[in-house]
Amino acid sequence: MASPPNVGVFPLSHTDTTEAPRDERREGELAALLAALGGNVADSLLKPNDDIWVRVTADTWRASAETIKSLGYTYFCFLSAIDWMPSPFGKGEDDPTQPAPERNTTITQGYTGGATRFQLLARFVKPYSSSGVNVKCDVPEDSLTVESIVSVFAGANWHERETWEMFGINFAGHPDLRHMYLPQDFEGHPLRKDFPLLARIVKPWPGIVDVEPLPGDDSEEDGE
Amino acid sequence: MSLLGDRQQLSYIAAQAADARVNVELETEGMTLNIGPQHPATHGTLRIIARLDGEQVVWAEPSAGYMHRGYEKLTEVRTFPQVTALVNRIDWLGSFANEVPFILAAEKLMGVEATPRAQHIRTILFELSRIANVSLFLGDLGVQLGAVTPVFFAFRDREYVLNLIEAATGGRFHPNFDRIGGLKDDLPAGFIDETRNVMKKLRGFCDEMEDLLFGNEIFQSRTRGIGVIPKDVALQYGLSGANLRASGVDWDLRRDQSLPMAWDKVDWKVITHPDGDSFARCWVRLQEVRESTRIVDQLLDTIPSGPVMVKVPKIIKVPEGEAWVSTENPLGEMGYYVVSQNDQGPFRVKIRSASFNNISIVPWLLKGVYVPDIITILASLYFILGDIDR
Repeated sequence: MASPPNVGVFPLSHTDTTEAPRDERREGELAALLAALGGNVADSLLKPNDDIWVRVTADTWRASAETIKSLGYTYFCFLSAIDWMPSPFGKGEDDPTQPAPERNTTITQGYTGGATRFQLLARFVKPYSSSGVNVKCDVPEDSLTVESIVSVFAGANWHERETWEMFGINFAGHPDLRHMYLPQDFEGHPLRKDFPLLARIVKPWPGIVDVEPLPGDDSEEDGE
Repeated sequence: MSLLGDRQQLSYIAAQAADARVNVELETEGMTLNIGPQHPATHGTLRIIARLDGEQVVWAEPSAGYMHRGYEKLTEVRTFPQVTALVNRIDWLGSFANEVPFILAAEKLMGVEATPRAQHIRTILFELSRIANVSLFLGDLGVQLGAVTPVFFAFRDREYVLNLIEAATGGRFHPNFDRIGGLKDDLPAGFIDETRNVMKKLRGFCDEMEDLLFGNEIFQSRTRGIGVIPKDVALQYGLSGANLRASGVDWDLRRDQSLPMAWDKVDWKVITHPDGDSFARCWVRLQEVRESTRIVDQLLDTIPSGPVMVKVPKIIKVPEGEAWVSTENPLGEMGYYVVSQNDQGPFRVKIRSASFNNISIVPWLLKGVYVPDIITILASLYFILGDIDR
C-alpha cells in the first residue's frame, strides 16, 4: 500500500523481458497524424497511456492545424506558449544585499525538442473520446511571428490574443490582436521569463531572513 | 414542447438576420451599451460592450481582465504543493475540483498514484463541489430572469453541502485539501451518514427547482430557442461541460477518460440535450446535480479502507517532463499543462479554464439577439470570473 505502484526498479540484466508498455490506440493515432502531416512534422513523441506530442515547423503551423482538424480533432482545447529560457530571477527569493547568484542560462526545450526560446503549444482533441494531441511549434526568433489559426478554429481567437499579450508572439492574420487582460498601453510581456515578478522584487522574500524557531520546535517542519 | 430541430434553428437564425437587415435598411441610429464591469448579471467584474441597433445587438464584446491575478506567472515561483492554494481561487464556487487536475498532473509526472481510498474521497469531494457550484447557478439563474425566490432555496441547500465540505476539509470555499499522493486527512466521523441526508435534501432541491423554475412558463419562453449553439460551433470554440452537452455532444471527461478517480466504479448517466439553447444548458446542469447526488451516494457505499496518503518525500521534487491532465469540472473542462524541470516548483503551468473558452463564444452568440436575452444567454453559459481571468 505504501509504495507507489508506478515506481519500479527494473534489473538491468533483464532488459529484454521488461518491455515498454504498448499503447496501440495512440500508436495508430500518431501514425495517422504523421502520415497526414508528412513533411510538416519536425519531431513527435508518444508516451504510452499518456499522450501524444507533435512538433511541426513554424511555417506550416496553420496548415498543420487544418490537417489535424480534418483528421477528426475538431475540439479546440487551448493554445498557449512556453518560454524555455530559465528565469534570470530564479524563484525571486534572492537577498538583494548579496551579489546575484550564478544561474543556469542554457535553454533546454522539453518533449519533442526544438531550437527556439519560445514555442507555441496547442491541444486539439477528438470529441467523444479522450484522444488528444499536443502540438508544438518553434517560434522564429527574428520575427516572433506565426500564422494565426483563427480561421481554422474560431476559438483560438482569445487564446492567441492572450499569448500575444503574455509572450509577445505575433499572429499574422489574426482579426483583432488587442490586449486581453492588461491595459491597452501596457508595455512588456508578463509571462516571459525575463519579466520580473514585481511583488518579489519590491519586497525581499521573507524566507531569506533568519527565522527564529518556535519554542519547543527543534526540527524544521515542512508541513506537507 | 417540441424539440428545436435543425430546420427550426436555421429559420430562427434567418429570422434574426432578416430583422437585422431591415434595421440596416431603415438606417436607425446605433448606440453602445456598456454592461458592467459591476453588474448583478456578471457574477463579478466582466464588462460587456454591446453595439445596439434598436433593441438588437449588432456587435458585442466581453472585456475581461478586471480580475486577472496572473496565476500562471505565480505558479513559477511556488513549489508544487503550494500551487493548490492558488488554483483553489480560480473557480471559487467549486474550489476542490480545481485542485484535482493539478495534483493529478503532478502525480503523473512523479509516477505516484493515490491510494484507492484517497481516490474515492477525492471523487466524493469533487462531486460535492460540483453540487455546491451548480446549485448556486440554478438559484442565480432565476434572479437573472426576474425570479427572486429560487436563489433563497439555492443558498439554503448549498449551505448543507458547504457544511459537508467544511467538515471534511476545514474550509468552506478554499479547502486546499488535495495533496500529491493522496489527501491531507481522512473523513471525519459521521460524514457518511450526514452526506446521505444532504444528498436526499439536494434531490428534493432539484425537484423543487424543476417545478418552480423549469416548469415556469415565463422561464421557458425566456430561455427556449434563445442563444442556440450548434454542435460544430461549440466544438470549434472549445466549449465544454454542460454547454457542450446541451448542444447534443455526448462527451463527458469523467466517463471518456481514464483517470485515477472513482467515477468508473459507479453507475451514472451523462446528460445531454439536443437543443443547444439556453434552456437546454440550464436543464442539463440541473440533471447533472441529480446525477452527482447519485454518484456521491454510491461512492459512500463503497469507500475502500486503507490509508489516504501514499509515502511521498517531505520535500517534493518533480522529475523532468510534461503532463496534461484535465477533468470535467462544474464549469467544464479544466486542465493543466505542467512543465517540470526536475525542481521543487513547476517551470510553466498553462491553466486551461473552462469559462475562458465558454465566454469566447459570446461575440458570435450575441450577434442579433435582443437586449434582455443578453442576460439570459450569459446566465445560461455560466461563467465564474476567476475562471476567465485566472
